[in-house]
Amino acid sequence: MRRLRLPLVLLLGALAIAGIAHGQPPSGISRPSNETSVSQLELGAELYAGNCASCHGVAGRGIVSNMAHQGTGGIRGRGPSLRGVGAQAADLYLRTGFMPLSNPGERPYRRRVLFSDPEIRALVAYVASLGPGPPIPRVDPAAGSVSEGFQLFTEHCAGCHQSVAEGGYVTDARVPPIKQDTPTQVAEAVRTGPYLMPKFSQRQISDAELNSIVAYVQASKHPDDRGGWGIGHLGPVPEGMIAWAVAGIALVGLCVLIGERVKA
Amino acid sequence: MKRFLVALFGFLTLRRRRKPKPPPPEEPPVLPPPNRGAENAVIVLLLLAGLCGAAFVFFYATSSIPNQTQWLGLSLGVALGLVAAALIVLSRTLLNEEESEEDYPDQEHPAEQEEVGQLVERAGSRFTRKGLLKAAGGAAAVGVGAALMAPAASLGPVTGTNSLYDTPWKRGRRLVDVRGRPLAANEIETGTFYTAFPEHTSRDEIGSPLVLVRLDPRELRLPAARRAWAPGGILAFSKICTHAGCAVALYRKPTFAPIDPRPALVCPCHYSTFDPARGGDVIFGPAGRPLPQLPLEVDAQGNLRAAGNFSGPVGPSWWGVRLWKAQP
Repeated sequence: MRRLRLPLVLLLGALAIAGIAHGQPPSGISRPSNETSVSQLELGAELYAGNCASCHGVAGRGIVSNMAHQGTGGIRGRGPSLRGVGAQAADLYLRTGFMPLSNPGERPYRRRVLFSDPEIRALVAYVASLGPGPPIPRVDPAAGSVSEGFQLFTEHCAGCHQSVAEGGYVTDARVPPIKQDTPTQVAEAVRTGPYLMPKFSQRQISDAELNSIVAYVQASKHPDDRGGWGIGHLGPVPEGMIAWAVAGIALVGLCVLIGERVKA
Repeated sequence: MKRFLVALFGFLTLRRRRKPKPPPPEEPPVLPPPNRGAENAVIVLLLLAGLCGAAFVFFYATSSIPNQTQWLGLSLGVALGLVAAALIVLSRTLLNEEESEEDYPDQEHPAEQEEVGQLVERAGSRFTRKGLLKAAGGAAAVGVGAALMAPAASLGPVTGTNSLYDTPWKRGRRLVDVRGRPLAANEIETGTFYTAFPEHTSRDEIGSPLVLVRLDPRELRLPAARRAWAPGGILAFSKICTHAGCAVALYRKPTFAPIDPRPALVCPCHYSTFDPARGGDVIFGPAGRPLPQLPLEVDAQGNLRAAGNFSGPVGPSWWGVRLWKAQP
């Protein structure tokens, strides 16, 4: 017992430290001290230099090689060029918390947004100024039809995101649910194609069709559960598990009730 | 030691007692009279089982009847049920169930033993029409056996495999989108995927739907024979997964190629993953062979056309599907 104690204490200590470290937000945002007194574009440029350039390079040129680029603080960061991605992609990545990543190799997923709203607007304006790119799309779910949206969603989106937008899997990656996205973010994602998602052009999904898709995504946030319990809206797997767990126990109970024990 | 001696003594005395065996009695044991009604029932049940097995084969071969699946299940289920019923009748009414009770290892009633032995030996003689019974049993075995073997026919054509290559695609046929508009080569962008169909033909054919992607031509690693199949890096594959025939409805594309996984077409049913850059090779999942690739060419108007048929048979490597016709 005595011999076990020291390793146990060490293990618990390490776990506690790991827990605290894990609970911490990703490394802090570096902010200029005079945020309110500079112009929006200047603020965007300063925030970019402090928080984005280590991966995306000076003035959004991207870092594709392993070489440490000038002005990146010596970090051998790697990230794509942001020239020409426009306000559309920048707004999506920043407002969903996909960016900034705490580690260049990390996969983007939805997390706490670290920038304030004026900071995001400044950064989006700065990234948009780097090169001609698509603006933030305008979307009007009220103009769309939920039933048409359901058909289009099934055709274009449900393969990965499942029919009630609960998310799922593609080989090598997790497909996020679309439950928290605003209509604008859904439209941005469709046109941008973040991370492994394909992007969809006007040729594939027109703006009117996009309105319908967004209308359906909004409707899917509160699905009409006629059965009473959606079980996560994940379809036949949890439904089958419930059937086995509940019906199985009920059947065994019934057997015990009507059965007669034979004494050997 | 004492116990051992007692056991040894008991063993020796028992052996001595068993040696003088009385001769078996000459009187033959009594058998119950033949039961013609039960015999008839067994034969009829077996013949019916054979008939139901044959019905299964018939339903399997005729794909035009409505509710085919239900008929298949019904005929096979009834056939097996009839075989079971025949066996139950046989065992309940026609087989002797005499049992001999004895204290092991003593044979207290050697005469009775002998009698039961004779009963068992002659039990078969109680059934008067053995030939008929064997014939009925054979009919049931043939019928039910044929029913169980019939699905093997759908594993594929036994001889000519040309029908597996029958698709609406041939040299010069235009690619159209879901609304019937022709697809122009310069409309096809990278980072996304398209569904295409052959112009002026049925879209319900298993060989019709295509999935179209565009890659940087420098990324292509196509086999040497397919170098000219992808004009401008545009690749066309059958949209039908080669595993179980689902639509290959997922495309993952890297946003930042140095870090992200490379482009892949993924089937949502069982996650078979195909590499478009390498001619549709399987890189993950249960699919047993690559997605068939369709050679493409660009016509004078800039529209995409097929330059021939697929690189391999289209459709799942899975039974029954090729017999099935899409319902409009």
